[in-house]
Amino acid sequence: MVMRLEGHALAIGYRDRLVGRDLDVALAEGEVLALLGPNGGGKTTLLKTLLGLLPPRGGDVHCGERSLTAISISERARLLAYVPQSHVATFAFPAETVVLMGRTAHGNLFSRPTARDRAVARSAMQQFGIAHLAERPYTMISGGERQLVLLARALAQEPRFVVLDEPTASLDFGNQGTVMREIRALAAAGHGVLFTTHDPNQALRLADRAYLLRDGARIAEGKVDSVLTRQNLEALYGAPIRTLTDGATGESAFLPA
Amino acid sequence: MRNVVQPAEKLSVRRSALPGFMVALLILFAGLAVAFTLGRYPVGLTDVFDVLTARVTGHPSGVAPAVESVILQVRGPRVLAAALIGAALAVAGTAFQGLFRNPLVSPDILGASSGAALGAVLGIYFSLGVFAIQGVAFVGGLVAVAAVYLIGSAVPARDPILLLVLTGVVVGALLGAGVGLVKYLADPYNQLPAMTFWLLGSLAATGVSDLVPLFGPVALGTLVLMALRWRMNVMSLTDEEARALGVPTGVLRVAIVTAATLVTSASVATAGIIGWVGLIVPHLARTLVGPDFSRLLPTAGILGGGYLLFIDTIARTGSSVEIPLGILTAVVGTPFFIWLLASVQRTWS
Repeated sequence: MVMRLEGHALAIGYRDRLVGRDLDVALAEGEVLALLGPNGGGKTTLLKTLLGLLPPRGGDVHCGERSLTAISISERARLLAYVPQSHVATFAFPAETVVLMGRTAHGNLFSRPTARDRAVARSAMQQFGIAHLAERPYTMISGGERQLVLLARALAQEPRFVVLDEPTASLDFGNQGTVMREIRALAAAGHGVLFTTHDPNQALRLADRAYLLRDGARIAEGKVDSVLTRQNLEALYGAPIRTLTDGATGESAFLPA
Repeated sequence: MRNVVQPAEKLSVRRSALPGFMVALLILFAGLAVAFTLGRYPVGLTDVFDVLTARVTGHPSGVAPAVESVILQVRGPRVLAAALIGAALAVAGTAFQGLFRNPLVSPDILGASSGAALGAVLGIYFSLGVFAIQGVAFVGGLVAVAAVYLIGSAVPARDPILLLVLTGVVVGALLGAGVGLVKYLADPYNQLPAMTFWLLGSLAATGVSDLVPLFGPVALGTLVLMALRWRMNVMSLTDEEARALGVPTGVLRVAIVTAATLVTSASVATAGIIGWVGLIVPHLARTLVGPDFSRLLPTAGILGGGYLLFIDTIARTGSSVEIPLGILTAVVGTPFFIWLLASVQRTWS
């Protein structure tokens, strides 16, 4: 049965600040959902609420039949993987160790990685074509490679859903393509994928559905073809937008005017 | 339809930590040899070996009684204490550097040393016995860290770790003022020198009876930290990332802080304040075996024991009077740390 990650009538925010309310989000396994919206609109807050990292201020999040609050933190990590924005670690762990950390929830509090954990980590690295980075310090590889390491770590968690916060921010054009392909591959392999992006074109090419969030409220949601229109995007960003259409293929792309 | 990751056929070829670990062991054994043999009454290495094996097997050692008494009664406890305290401070420092995601953190960051110092000077001020002073110092360290932790947790913050560190600094300063006040009030001819000596750190007065109250907390805390050492890798990521990886960060942070504080307070209560060990040894260990806490923590412990054995041997033999350990570790530590900063930044960027 296809499992769904769902937020019902969510109010999201922090102890001292409500960021958004009345949000309904649903993500099915095998599907890619793009979350778009202006800076400060609540994208990251919504992601963290859906991941169970922030308690909802109202409503609830379900993973399958169960409420997220009823699922233990380590079982949650075996259902939902989180790929944060590319960052620099304090310590220069070898890339393989970073990927191995994805296996943490598969052991108990005192266990250390087993041979099987190492094999899974290794295999995840091979899948993203970064096996050769295994011994390289995480702090000394490129931003694109780091993003792939974090993707491999998410895969090593063997989750049902993968949630990514701006996975292609600060990557060059080539690396953006690589990461986008791998995200698509995650969904093809049956994972539900949710990601935020500032690039509507990326959502158009990569996602099945899009969710437009502005000032903590939903502007539109649905199939990318019907939701990602010039009118909707202008309403979303509060700025004029142009549409370019490729005469040969009929594919379109957006540009800020 | 969701694919489960298929284990790769060939296991990864991990760079072995064994050479680095062996170097640490070698330094520990060299430290033990130097500490047992050197001193005002030099002893041969074979005598040390004979006495220790005789002690284990129960047979007479055939070594002169005076020599045997130097090895077992005089030097033995001090050597053991130095190794234990060096290991304890290094393990606690390593744990705290990971927990606070900051390679410049040392075991006294949450006020364990300042709390123990205030406890000790109060004990001296009220003319308590040696063991009572150690007890008050130990409790002082625990209470100080508990206070810092409670205050730090009570204040709402986006970055609880940073808040904890800042609370530790502030409370540490207050405790420092308390130490200053007690010294100011103390009898300048008897009490003040005792306080000063204690605050500078020394193992000169360590005897067999000191080993039990030291060993208990150190063993317990070290065991807990060792058991959690893989989770420490994940704890060195941001709080949200660690939780997303399935680690209950709140509970684990309390466990690590408690264990490290137990170890630090017991060490400081026995030997006074010995800085730098918990800051430098983790770096050294990292250059030997890398940053993975699974290997780092045991290596740091072994290396810390060896390091303090060398330092304490210098303290005993370097001049006609005992050199306080705190002064020695600072003199050795400062240039060493500057060298570290210049040469190995890349291992923790």
